[in-house]
Amino acid sequence: MTQTVPAALGLHGVTLELPGRTFVHDLTLAIGPGEIVTIMGPSGAGKSSLLAYIGGFLAPPFVASGDVTIGTQRLNGLLPHERPVGILFQDDLLFPHFSVAGNLLFGLHAAVRGVSQRRHEVERALADAGLAGFAERDPATLSGGQRARVALLRTLLARPRALLLDEPFSKLDDALREDIRDFVFSRARSFGLPTLLVTHDERDAHAAGGRVVNLDS
Amino acid sequence: MKALRPLSRSLDVRFPNGGLALVRALTLAVFLVPVAAGLAGTLLPAFGYLPAIGGHALSLAPWSMLWHEPGIATSIRLSAQGGLLATLLSLALAAAFASSMSDHPMYRRAARLVSPLLATPHVAIAIGLAFLVAPSGWLVRLVSPWLTGWDRPPGELVTVRDPFGLSMALGLVLKETPYLLLMIGAALRQVPQAALRRVGAALGYRPTTTWFKLVFPLVYAQIRLPVYAVLAFSLSNVEVGLILAPGQPPPLAIVAARWFADYDLSRYFPAAAAAVLQGVLVALALLAWRLGEAIVAAVGKRWCDRGARAGAIVLVAAACAAASAACLGVGALSLVGMGAWSLAQSWRFPEVVPAAWTLATWQLQGPRAAEAVLTTLTLALASALVATMLVIACLELETRRSRQPARRTLMLVYVPLLVPQIAFLYGFQVLLVCLGWDGRWLAVLWAHLVFVLPYAFLSLADPWRALDPRYALSAASLGASPWRVLWRVRLPMLLKPVLLAWAIGCAVSVGLYLPTLFAGAGRIATLTTDAVTLSSGADRRIMGVFTILQAAIPLLAYITALAVPAALYARRKGMA
Repeated sequence: MTQTVPAALGLHGVTLELPGRTFVHDLTLAIGPGEIVTIMGPSGAGKSSLLAYIGGFLAPPFVASGDVTIGTQRLNGLLPHERPVGILFQDDLLFPHFSVAGNLLFGLHAAVRGVSQRRHEVERALADAGLAGFAERDPATLSGGQRARVALLRTLLARPRALLLDEPFSKLDDALREDIRDFVFSRARSFGLPTLLVTHDERDAHAAGGRVVNLDS
Repeated sequence: MKALRPLSRSLDVRFPNGGLALVRALTLAVFLVPVAAGLAGTLLPAFGYLPAIGGHALSLAPWSMLWHEPGIATSIRLSAQGGLLATLLSLALAAAFASSMSDHPMYRRAARLVSPLLATPHVAIAIGLAFLVAPSGWLVRLVSPWLTGWDRPPGELVTVRDPFGLSMALGLVLKETPYLLLMIGAALRQVPQAALRRVGAALGYRPTTTWFKLVFPLVYAQIRLPVYAVLAFSLSNVEVGLILAPGQPPPLAIVAARWFADYDLSRYFPAAAAAVLQGVLVALALLAWRLGEAIVAAVGKRWCDRGARAGAIVLVAAACAAASAACLGVGALSLVGMGAWSLAQSWRFPEVVPAAWTLATWQLQGPRAAEAVLTTLTLALASALVATMLVIACLELETRRSRQPARRTLMLVYVPLLVPQIAFLYGFQVLLVCLGWDGRWLAVLWAHLVFVLPYAFLSLADPWRALDPRYALSAASLGASPWRVLWRVRLPMLLKPVLLAWAIGCAVSVGLYLPTLFAGAGRIATLTTDAVTLSSGADRRIMGVFTILQAAIPLLAYITALAVPAALYARRKGMA
């Protein structure tokens, strides 16, 4: 689905603070294509705010500095929608007013042109994920696992160059959790996406199998 | 790796606001300029200054004229008494009703009447109530002659336009109770009601006692401004008073309105003085209410400290809740009565239902009403549409700046609802005359926006702010621009509240009396201004037609607002 050349996601001396409190100090990190780095730490340690900074939507009163790059592209100063960064949140956030296909078409990169071509890409993505025939379904009628898959497909169809995961497995039950985790990780790797996973669950970090950065509160 | 830029310790991102800031300034101007200019334009003539009609020097003469007007003290008393009584009753009834809602299914069923009644203009309810309680009205007919022995309407019975202003207060209660119920309902969503009730029950408190000791104080803190708006409106409204209050002397606002409408231009000066006095009266009443709040809070604190688990409150609340449900019923019955009149061929006392039915009144009056219907409709649709778009622009700006909603903004929104209409509409008319706009459709549209905008904002702001911001972030991370997020995600997801804000705007516009009268310079007639004119002595069958038309337009707007999203999202369970 992606046709861009895989590149590394780089954080260069990133500092994140609230007035009177520093959460991240001078963090420098390079995440290679297909690599999954886990950020761990208790709630309130600034994990999600770090993702917000990378995504470009950190809200006041947080203050942050430091460069964010993908390959040679510097993201600083770009608006959230201008950053080639895909994000998955704790909830799947499927748009309730669109069908499954509507959600995926919304995500699908605009470079894919023509109604039938776009439709075809969406159908293929669904089939690849074992969701063939789900295009016209109402997202509210899907199971939790199906919704999580559609959410990831939607993100990947937008052709991001990096993936941010904000505890996307924490609301899934144990059986499903492993399944979805494999689904997400295997795709992130096969697309060569540098991936940053935020979690407070050791099992997620273990499954990611990569480097772990600890943020203390 | 690049070095840290020393001055980059700021937000990494600035959402472009694309001219939204300008729209916000325009929106504020649309509803605040008329109030500010209007207050000044009323205050100056109140002290004798209005060069256009020969007032060149400041003087106290208008006040002395006002003071020497026979019955002016009675007018002031009527206003204060009726307004305070209506507000107290509405609040008590609405609170008691809300406290009973979760325990009695009967109240939940009655609550379905809230929205339709809320949509119905004050004037329609007042006209309907006048028939219901008049000596020749429905209630008397129900018990005559078998119980009362009356074969003809009892002349000695004064129910409508009673000297104490009780029927006026009741007319207001019928409209303000549903409004406060809606506000309490919204406030309850911000309060952990269920948890508080469980805690209360676990400590042995009766449900009602729990509600008034634990839930109500939290609710009241949130509905304070709506209650003040009810108080200001009840004290200063003209249209309900014209139908239900005594005429000699009438409440203060009507004194002012009558003089403003006088052919003798020198009457403008005492009229302005009366309008200013009305403003002062509302300010004093608000102050007194605030003081009352403190006293109730102190007494309530001791009441809570005593730890009584049951007590009189249970009975009082039950009675008030029943009265509240009765009010909803009476409001609905008022409209049914007028509907019956519009279809009656002859309906003599003491017949409970018309002896013969006919469509003749509709056929005869329909063409006559058509022009008013058209004016009412275009004003309602246009003002509600403009207001909804402006409100969306303001809320979108707030979202893009990721600002916390400021309390100051909320206070500004309430300005037109707290300042009595009569206290600034004349001054606004002077402004319109200066601009050469008075009497034009656009001027009336502007006057309507002054009131439609605040209500549209109040109705849309909560659901807008409650929408999970991560939907927009998700969309942005998929590459959608802020405008695309607005059009494809935020507005479609908020379709129902957006349409409801529009419907509320329509309802507010349809019900406006004084703003239409002043800005239209008496030349633009809507169903509401016509209905008020008809209420002074026209055939009840004709009044029935106008009242039903007046009630129908807002109701249709509400039905549209509910039906469109339901149809569009019939196959989207997540949008229910």
